[in-house]
Amino acid sequence: MTLSSDKVCLSIKKVSMKMNTEVEIAGVKFKNPVMTASGTFGSGMEYADFVDLNKLGAVVTKGVANVPWPGNPVPRVAEVYGGMLNAIGLQNPGIDVFIERDLAFLGKYDTKVIVNVCGKTVEDYLEVVERLADQPVDMLEINVSCPNVKEGAIAFGQNKDALFDITSRIKAKAKQPIIMKLSPNVTSISEMAKAAEAAGADAISLINTITGMKIDIHKRKFALANKTGGMSGPAIKPVAVRMVYEASHAVKIPVIGMGGIATGDDAIEFIMAGATAIAVGAMNFHDPYCTEKVVEGIEQYMEKYNVSDINELRGIVE
Amino acid sequence: MSDKMKKEAKVLSQKMISEGIYDLWLETAMAEKVKPGQFVGVYPANKSTLLPRPISICEVDKEKSAIRLVYRVVGSGTAEFALYQQGDYIMILGPLGNGFPLDKAIGKNVVLIGGGIGVPPLLETAKRLKENGKSAKVSAVMGYRNADTFLTEEFEKYAELYVATEDGSLGTKGNVIDAMKEQKVPCDVIFACGPMPMLKGIKEYASSINAKAYLSLEERMACGVGACLGCICKTKEIDEHSHVHNARICTDGPVFDADDLDL
Repeated sequence: MTLSSDKVCLSIKKVSMKMNTEVEIAGVKFKNPVMTASGTFGSGMEYADFVDLNKLGAVVTKGVANVPWPGNPVPRVAEVYGGMLNAIGLQNPGIDVFIERDLAFLGKYDTKVIVNVCGKTVEDYLEVVERLADQPVDMLEINVSCPNVKEGAIAFGQNKDALFDITSRIKAKAKQPIIMKLSPNVTSISEMAKAAEAAGADAISLINTITGMKIDIHKRKFALANKTGGMSGPAIKPVAVRMVYEASHAVKIPVIGMGGIATGDDAIEFIMAGATAIAVGAMNFHDPYCTEKVVEGIEQYMEKYNVSDINELRGIVE
Repeated sequence: MSDKMKKEAKVLSQKMISEGIYDLWLETAMAEKVKPGQFVGVYPANKSTLLPRPISICEVDKEKSAIRLVYRVVGSGTAEFALYQQGDYIMILGPLGNGFPLDKAIGKNVVLIGGGIGVPPLLETAKRLKENGKSAKVSAVMGYRNADTFLTEEFEKYAELYVATEDGSLGTKGNVIDAMKEQKVPCDVIFACGPMPMLKGIKEYASSINAKAYLSLEERMACGVGACLGCICKTKEIDEHSHVHNARICTDGPVFDADDLDL
């Protein structure tokens, strides 16, 4: 068989097999389960030079607060074996600029928009959530797990009572469905997942970064000005898969899985662990085309194993 | 769409030109688009690494579709690059950053100031300034630790060259500003790249002689394309992206008007 006829056969096969990659979370339908992990993709502008945003299930934006945040001093990033540490400190332009510029930009694309919301106090979060009420936003992801800021964020995500409180207060005000983004820096991820669910969260996403540290032994200094940073990248994937498995068995609401996803196969692994959707994070920095490759990789896996609906794979390992 | 791409490049040649300093020519379609002072992200093949290494573009050969990187081995990533030989392939992301504003040198006495591994990006800058012939005079002041210098003979082709060495073994003993003063280098505009203490000194010196300075900064980077906000520098005015006082070195820079920076 020549190469060209081989190609013809493949394309016939593609047409004949109807694959469903659509997934649904809280009534929102995503064309495929591939999202971007907050903070690794901006609002998509920088990566639109490389990736067709229309091909993604959703763009999850960098965290936005009620006012601009300057973030942490540099160095803010460091590489570690199989991953990286970051302590950006949630630098963001504040909700006014975000609505005017970033949401206007995302409105041009046929993809779902999930806005990551951060704050120092519950009132800060509520202000952002209320400002977004009449905006073209499909879901809100509430950042209660950034390890790199001194106030807010993770302070709400490491104690189940605090998590329950902020979740219920935001849920009461939010016009869009809410996703609580959970931290892996907790004793029991199941307990935190249950607290979010009990407070009315529509979904949870995990994992945010794992707190780490790197010391430059030549300079006898911390590699990051913040001393500690959040670890991400392929090295954390097994931890993330385990936590997605535990969380998805603890709650009935959908779980969005992330942590070191680099390929379609990695995405399938998270889905089998129980995730409804997945997000690509640090690997965007390694390969700006990564998100699109993950979409293609998922389709290739489905084709290879004759999976007609991605939803069949969710939580398939018991 | 911008000109940025991530693509494999073919190694045309590589050699060591000074202790720990390597000279690497790569064949890449990017060559056509490169502006002097831009950089590329170079990916180690080692799977334990994630991030591209930002390396400035030293020279461009459009006819051969080639770019030249002159870099120092500072860690495991650059140590791997040093092993590459003719015919090997290496993954690069680029061209990144803004480059030096050559139009600011029109009709002016322009001085290119490089310190250590900040010297390389000024070579293509010198070449283009010489080619366009629009500057009154092009001078180059290069600072090294000692007489084990690199690229000096090439700078002589395009600029009036002055050298400073820390140990005084060649040229002026001291730093680049000592050489500027000692040699009375005519100066209206400065394009500089080098370590932060040198850049701070240049900013002060430029303002003392009423010259404009454009400084190329370096910082730890992750994405290289302006998304991660890892490589920021402090600016006097609020920045366009985050509306704080942080410009992104990878995309708003690496070259900044010294007057806009809060160093």
